[in-house]
Amino acid sequence: MADYAHPETLVSTDWVAQHASDANVRVVEVDVDTKAYDEGHVPGAIGWAWNSQLCDTVRRDILPKAQCEELMASSGIGNNTTVVIYGDNNNWFAAWALWQMKIYGHKDVRLMNGGRKKWLSEGRELSTEIPKVARTSYKASGPDNSLRAFLPQVQAALEAGHSSLVDVRSPQEFTGEILAPPGLPETCQRGGHIPTARSIPWGKACNEDGTFKSADELRALYGNEGIDGSRQVIAYCRIGERSSHTWFVLKYLLGFDKVVNYDGSWTEWGNLVGAPVEKGAVSSAKA
Amino acid sequence: MKVEDYLERKVEVSGWPVNLTSYRVGDVFHCKADNVSPGAALARTTGATREEAEKKALERAEQLLGRTRRHAV
Repeated sequence: MADYAHPETLVSTDWVAQHASDANVRVVEVDVDTKAYDEGHVPGAIGWAWNSQLCDTVRRDILPKAQCEELMASSGIGNNTTVVIYGDNNNWFAAWALWQMKIYGHKDVRLMNGGRKKWLSEGRELSTEIPKVARTSYKASGPDNSLRAFLPQVQAALEAGHSSLVDVRSPQEFTGEILAPPGLPETCQRGGHIPTARSIPWGKACNEDGTFKSADELRALYGNEGIDGSRQVIAYCRIGERSSHTWFVLKYLLGFDKVVNYDGSWTEWGNLVGAPVEKGAVSSAKA
Repeated sequence: MKVEDYLERKVEVSGWPVNLTSYRVGDVFHCKADNVSPGAALARTTGATREEAEKKALERAEQLLGRTRRHAV
């Protein structure tokens, strides 16, 4: 992990096994499938449900600041706590949680490299016990919206041509062949992608065991599509969680300064009246 | 309890690649089916044997994947 721009944002499964019960460490599991935590989790880990605890449940938005403070306090997380997040699907929603914690200014939040998959595949201990945590007081800062793109910014960036758009969905979603990942409900009116976007599916950043690829491999992956950190990068997917995974890679593993997550993503763009849409495959940026 | 007998394998369901992950915790086998490309979870099941847990997961995956429409591009 030493070659990454910010290796301090990642910990290994070994590290978690050794430090999960440290007084200043809180391990949190965040899954796509919210039942996974109940089935068994890293001993001492608490669980957050992305669809009820990590979003505004009335309007479509991230967690409001006051609710973020309440979630942290009730999770026994103080402003100086080292928070280690992990989850299924190679940390999709773990990255989503980390992105929100960064928006609200938490200093020390890290991902467990490889997520739940690696923990399981290594035959490690699981617990079904929900730990009792002592409530804290927590003061969030921000929100730091420099980490986030809203629709008008994406539209302006497209118009000005000064940013690179990265579509991290599957190739079939990118072309418009399917409107949602196979097996999930269709949540948009149109298929395709935002014009000029490069197709770099999120999973290409991961090894088979769920860990992140090396810095050199990641630089090559994105560099081959013209994504080298010289321009602002706007990452998007369908609802913003897969793109928070890519946002993490570009910002903390490759160290790009100007990376934003467009969490409105395709469920916003693909439902807009009159928005420009491209369909079909895209050729390589270097072709 | 520790995770034991961890196994991943890829199968095809309704024309879509599916990743099946199964393992045992105590006396219970757990299975998760997810679609390979974007990686979304389709089903999570349990059973007394790996075969039983996988069968349940595949049945549910087949229901969900059978509804996925392919659009002309």
